[in-house]
Amino acid sequence: MSVGGRTDLPVLLPFRPRGSAQGPAFRLRARHGLMLAAALTLSVGVAEAQTAPGAPSIIATILKWTPLLAQGFALNIAMSFLAMAIGTVAGFPLGLGQVSLLGPARGVSWFVTQFFRNSPWLVLLFYCMLLMPFEVSIGGTIVALPGWLKSTIGLSLPVMANVSELVRGAVRSIPYGQWEASEALAFSRAQTLRMVILPQCIKRMTPPWMNLYAILTVATPLTSVVGVSEAMTLTGDILSSEARTELLVPLYLYLLLWFFLYCYPIARATQALERGFQVR
Amino acid sequence: MPQWTPDQPLIRILDVHKAFGAITVLRGVSLDVMKGEVICVIGPSGSGKSTLLRCINALVTIERGSILVEGQEVNDPKLDKLKLRRKVGMVFQQYNLFPHRTALQNVMMAPIHVLKRDRREVEEQARKLIRKVRLEGKEESYPGELSGGQQQRIAIARSLAMNPDVMLFDEVTAALDPETVKEVLFTIRELAEEGMTCVIVTHEMGFAREVADQIYFTDGGVLVEHGPPKEFFANPRDPRTRQFLDQIL
Repeated sequence: MSVGGRTDLPVLLPFRPRGSAQGPAFRLRARHGLMLAAALTLSVGVAEAQTAPGAPSIIATILKWTPLLAQGFALNIAMSFLAMAIGTVAGFPLGLGQVSLLGPARGVSWFVTQFFRNSPWLVLLFYCMLLMPFEVSIGGTIVALPGWLKSTIGLSLPVMANVSELVRGAVRSIPYGQWEASEALAFSRAQTLRMVILPQCIKRMTPPWMNLYAILTVATPLTSVVGVSEAMTLTGDILSSEARTELLVPLYLYLLLWFFLYCYPIARATQALERGFQVR
Repeated sequence: MPQWTPDQPLIRILDVHKAFGAITVLRGVSLDVMKGEVICVIGPSGSGKSTLLRCINALVTIERGSILVEGQEVNDPKLDKLKLRRKVGMVFQQYNLFPHRTALQNVMMAPIHVLKRDRREVEEQARKLIRKVRLEGKEESYPGELSGGQQQRIAIARSLAMNPDVMLFDEVTAALDPETVKEVLFTIRELAEEGMTCVIVTHEMGFAREVADQIYFTDGGVLVEHGPPKEFFANPRDPRTRQFLDQIL
């Protein structure tokens, strides 16, 4: 045993929280992006060397397809936005149901939450694709349900279940004294939730909620499996139309870089918010 | 039910029993609090003091016995709890201020949303109360920016804003630094002198001796003995009281 940095006694080591309960210990960092960019550069170099004489260069080919890829990527983002919105709007009441005083409401909310939280996303996606009709009639007008919309709903189901858990966890994390003080001031339970508990929850929920959004965004390429023309599907289409095997690795890395550039700022903002809360 | 009149006890506790699962906390407690009276409840940890307070405003339900607050039975499933709690203010050991609201908002919330009083009138009263607890200038501070003693005084102001008939204090100085204990006790003493009915659970013997009209000593879920402070501290009759006072004084 020794003091001053070199000690094997845990109590003497500086306190370092091991991955907060609200999120994964892994964080996107700038160096991950640099590694990705380096891998892309390397793969482009290797691919250029393999390019047959007379064929257009790899960089030129990638640039040629970039506008199409951007279109596909825009659909990924649109689906992530919509699925997050639907999932949040549906998940919030579900989470409140989980902390309800009514036993049956609590039980049903718990079951729905656990069911969708523990089902593989791809399974839910297939269910939505195959079980939902391709059009619905709302008040006499026929509304088409395109594949991207159905798969967005499919993605929103696990989001809903995760938001529900976030709400439940946040409500449970508020000290009991807050409930007691509100009760003693003659607030009703609804008032207590609305004015005392939930405002505090929203602050606590924001970082994990943003984290969930980043996870959802990188999950949107799953919809390529059910035939949605998003960036991943388009990458495959481009590869088959170009019919050049050396393009495969650079193009997928290129797409990966897009996702990184989109998710990295979100990860940074999440970290900044978490740090801010620790100071408070 | 006969109408309650101010010459009857404001709080009448009769043979109250309470258990949490297998642990019996209160085994037949009875006491009366008259209007304007200041009661201090002392006793070792785990003797049921805090539970007794929580029974009075129905934060804890009792198994047997009766609690009348201004003639209204608290141990009644049909009890309008919100109505009861408007009459009974409570201050907690851990302050329990709402951390997302400023000091002023903490004081104003309940009168506005529960009593549905006019916002401007409530704000005027809230500022007055904050002055009264000597925290003028801290209206816009958040609880996290205040010291423990300051938070506790805001909590007292928050409770007073409901214009309660009786105030319950649950070991309100137990979590405070010694130097801030005094300021909180000062505020409570002022309230007591103004004629507020107070039930105070405390470990501050000097304070209890000074401020109380009656001291109650609890041990093992029963009220062992009670009396005016002078008598109580000078000649405790029960051996348990004597033992407790020997340890603490």
